[in-house]
Order: sequence, then structure tokens, then C-alpha cells
Amino acid sequence: MLKIWSMKQKQQQDEAATAGSKKKKVTAAQLRVQKDLADLSLGSTMKLSFPNPDDIMNFNFTIEPDEGIYKGGKFLFDFKINQNFPHEPPKVKCTQTLYHPNIDIEGNVCLNVLREDWKPVLNLNAVMVGLQFLFLEPNASDPLNKEAAEDLKINREGFKRNVRAAMGGGTVKGRTYDRVLK
Amino acid sequence: MAEVLESSQPIGSMDSRAKWKYLDNILTRTGPFTDEDFPCGEGAIESLSRAKVLVIGAGGLGCEILKNLALSGFQDIHVIDMDTIDVSNLNRQFLFRHADVGKYKADVAAKFVEKRVKGVKITPYCGKIQDKDEEYYMQFSLIVCGLDSIEARRWINATLVSMFDDTDSDSLKPLIDGGTEGFKGQARVILPTITSCIECQLDMHAPRAAVPLCTLATIPRQPQHCIEWAHIIAWEEERKDITLDTDDSEHITWLFQKALKRAQEFNIAGVTYSMTQGVVKNIIPAIASTNAIIAASSCNEAFKIATGGSNPFLGTPGADNYMMYTGDDSIYTYTFEHEKKPDCPVCGNLARPLKVDQRFTLEEFLDGLAERPESQLKKPSIRTEGKSLYYQSPPSLEEQTRPNLFKKLNELVEEGEEVVITDPAIPGQFKYKLRFS
Ligand SMILES: [Zn+2]
Repeated sequence: MLKIWSMKQKQQQDEAATAGSKKKKVTAAQLRVQKDLADLSLGSTMKLSFPNPDDIMNFNFTIEPDEGIYKGGKFLFDFKINQNFPHEPPKVKCTQTLYHPNIDIEGNVCLNVLREDWKPVLNLNAVMVGLQFLFLEPNASDPLNKEAAEDLKINREGFKRNVRAAMGGGTVKGRTYDRVLK
Repeated sequence: MAEVLESSQPIGSMDSRAKWKYLDNILTRTGPFTDEDFPCGEGAIESLSRAKVLVIGAGGLGCEILKNLALSGFQDIHVIDMDTIDVSNLNRQFLFRHADVGKYKADVAAKFVEKRVKGVKITPYCGKIQDKDEEYYMQFSLIVCGLDSIEARRWINATLVSMFDDTDSDSLKPLIDGGTEGFKGQARVILPTITSCIECQLDMHAPRAAVPLCTLATIPRQPQHCIEWAHIIAWEEERKDITLDTDDSEHITWLFQKALKRAQEFNIAGVTYSMTQGVVKNIIPAIASTNAIIAASSCNEAFKIATGGSNPFLGTPGADNYMMYTGDDSIYTYTFEHEKKPDCPVCGNLARPLKVDQRFTLEEFLDGLAERPESQLKKPSIRTEGKSLYYQSPPSLEEQTRPNLFKKLNELVEEGEEVVITDPAIPGQFKYKLRFS
């Protein structure tokens, strides 16, 4: 009896010890994301949404350009930030099939601050503004969708027509794109 | 513990001290730089033999560090490593033999050094540093890191900083961090909350050199570009549903075949299986001599700290704390003081206990904080590790977290849990451990 009692006490102590030590602390990566969220200045064309508001490391990001070739569209991205942020950049993917020279049909994005030019001093705002810039000024020199890049380089008017067709859910050169009009 | 050590190694006994003759030359004499408090002689010998030191990592650096510490007179060493020995480690991780392949590094390294250096006790733990709690780390006098992961370094740094309690001098655990990358390396000493910490120094780690995605996708020029393409683009396209495991030889073979085919299309030579493995796992060629130099420097600092000021060590308040070595530029080293960042997310502001009425709503709590002269909050956002309590921005998150403002603290936060508050008006952050009343 006495033995069971002391075992029980021991167990309670152990539980108390683990409860105390398992109390997790906010990580440096979470803290940095929290600061970055407070520092966002995105205007009305960009929005974030959080499927799980307790998890600020994973969220959706929407761009609705109000000028340029892609005006009228609504473009969706998925942000995944890991515990090595800001040493590592966020992982960003477009969740739609777009006709865009710098975004491939898997949703990979060629944006310098997402890879080769990422630095820990950059923040989420810089990434988001960079993404929006891709819709205002798509560029043919960083091609991920080679056909779209060729079109843009050779025939800008034709490229614009293709963008409109693709954004409406149409087919360009045999590939059907997602309808992304608002 | 101390009794055991004393009986096997009587301090001051001529017999057992004979092998430490050269060490004792340093420990029993003062020099031009020794501290006036240096416990020259028996005091220094005793504090060295009683120091309990933790080595994190038993790889390239770890093997050197364990050997150096044991041969410097440390007698109670613990070592953590989660990895097992791979045949490719054997060229430089000299505590391992071919027959050890597949065994845990920490186990084999501990046994090897114990066998070769009589009187030293090495306690291995084969697992992750995250398995252990503050109580475990509290037992050590100092910690020496030989890690290759920045994430692990950030974790141990944040843990040691948060353990610091200014009413308990025992809670200050010096962290000596060695790191190498090819011909380059660094040794630095972190005295939590006193010197700058690893998080303050995060920008000293060059981010992994990356090639623009469009280069990989359209105009690969090097064999590595073809491998990166297979890794980032082809895998996602063709095997999206399978999680890439870089230790799975079938996965590496698949990437290798893909990369090889692409290299042939672009007339690029040089893609091999081992290069594929190297690129995918981000392996930077390890150089044994760099490890030796950095480990020597790290252990020298450990020795100076453990002997109670035999000489000024890196990280002595107000002095240099960071030594970098650039072996590809002759044998250049540069030592400097990396300054603490006042807004560092880890050491900028430590969690302080805060007594609050648990029936307060979150809004009442935040209003109360705003009135405290120290905080001067204007637009605070607040979270715990697991919960977003209230965010001012972006608007969607503000809306989602707004209902929490009207909940009572005890519905949102556990007793003793840490909350972190940031505000655009303040550069750092406030951390509090809530104590309910
Ligand atoms: Zn710091």
C-alpha cells in the first residue's frame, strides 16, 4: 500500500515536471513573423487569410492587381514559413494554373527575394510587394513558363490577348488555364 | 559525483597528476594575462576536474572536441548526437571505425575516448537536443557545440537564454559554438544575456547560395543546376504525393536519373550519384583541418572558462567574442566583438513573471499593460506558443482574434505560460510568464 502511494506521488511529480518543462515558448521564428505581420503595408490589392488563426506560419495570400495586364484577376498564393525563418525565406506557391512568364504551371514562382536574393533583413512585406510586382511587370528574362516568356518577348499585344484568354479560363497553345477573374 | 571523481583521481596526488605535467604548467602558474582571481594551483585543477561539460554533436567537429576536452583535463563530459555512423564519415570522424558503421555516433565516440584517456567519464545520449528539458541543461557548467544545423543552434541558444535567472548565478551557462563550412569556420562564446547571442548573430550565417529558379527551369549551365531542377521541379511534378526522404536511396536514385537525363539534353557533363546526394542534402565538403582548428579554439575557450580565468576568454564582457577563420584565404583569422542587438527576439527581453487577475479579460489585461510606463504599448499583438491571442494586423487576423479580447485570461492562457507581446512602437518585444492571482 505504502509502495503504491509513493509510486503515485512519484508519478504526480513526474507529471508536474513534464507539464512544467513541456510548456512551450514562442519561437524566434514565430516572433519574427508576428513582427512582420504588424509591419505589413499592403494597400487594398493584397490580402492575407489564415485557415488556422493560431498558426501564423501558414497562410493564404491574395493579389488583385488594380492596373496592368493582369488587372481584374484574383491570384492565390500559399505561404509556408518554417522554424528557420528568417534565415530561410518563406516557401511560396501559386495555387492556380496561371499563364505567366515567371510562374510555372505547378505554381513555382521565379522571384529573386524568394531564393537567391533572400536575406534575413528582408521581411514578408518585401516578398508580397515583389509578388505583386510580377503581375504589374511580368518579365521575359526570368522565364519559368517558357512559352509565355517567348510570347511576351516577341509579341506584347499577342501576349496580352493570351493573358486575357487564360484568365478567363481559356486555352492558350493547347493548355487550359484556371479561371481567375474576380 | 564529486566523490567518485576524487577517489579515482585524487586531486594533488603526484602519481595521477604525472600525466598532466604540461597542463599543470599552466594551471599552477600565473602569467601576464591571468586574472587576479585566478585560483592558481589546486583551485584551478579542482574546478577543471569538477566541471561538467556538455558537447552537442559527435560528428566532424564533435570528435575533435571530445578528444580535446578529455586531453585538456575535463573529466565529466556528456555528449548528444542523434545520428548514426555512415561510411562516408570515416575519413575525418576519427573516433569511428568501419565496424562502427550504423551505430550511434554519441555511443561509439564516448566509448572510444573513455578507453583512450584514462579517468574521463563520457555519458552519451543518442537523440535530439529537443528531447531534453531545462532541468537537464541546468546540470552543466558549460556547453560546447559542434553542430552543422542552424536550426539546432537557434534552439539551444534560445533554451539557454531563457534559462537565465538573474537571481541564480548557476543559471548562466556559457555556450561555446564552433562551426565549419569547407575552409571557413568560426568559434564564438555566448554568455546568455551578457554577450550577443546566436539569434543576434544570425546574419553572420550566409544563406545557402541559391540559383534563380528560372535558370534551373530554362538554361541550366552546371550539373548541380540539373540536380536542383530534379529536386525542386521534377519531383513536385511527378511524385508530388511522395515526401522526399534524402536518406532513401531509391529517392536519390530517381533524382539522379532525372538529373542525368536533363544534363544530357543540355550537354552538361558531371552529374553523379554522390553529387546528387551532396546537392540534395546540401552537403558542404568537410575539411578535417578546418574542424581541427575550430575545435581547438573552442576547447581552448572552454578550458579558460572552466579554470576560472586562467586567461581572458572570448566573450569576456566588453571584449571580443567571435573568432572567424578563413582557410581559403591563407590562414587568416579575425576576432572581433559582435554586439548584442537590443531588439533581439531571444535575448532582447527575457520573460518576466507577471501577476495578473485571471478573471481579467484579455482586453483589460492589454489596457493595463499599456498604462505601465515600461511598456508604452499603442497597438499590441500578443500570442502564446500555440495560440494567436490578439493581432492588430493584418485585418483578417484581427477579425479572427478579436473575440479573444472579451475572453477571460484563464480561458486563453495556462498558469505559468509565456506570452509574447510586440508593438510597432517598440523595437523588441515583451515576454511575460503569467501567474494568476
Ligand atoms: Zn540575442
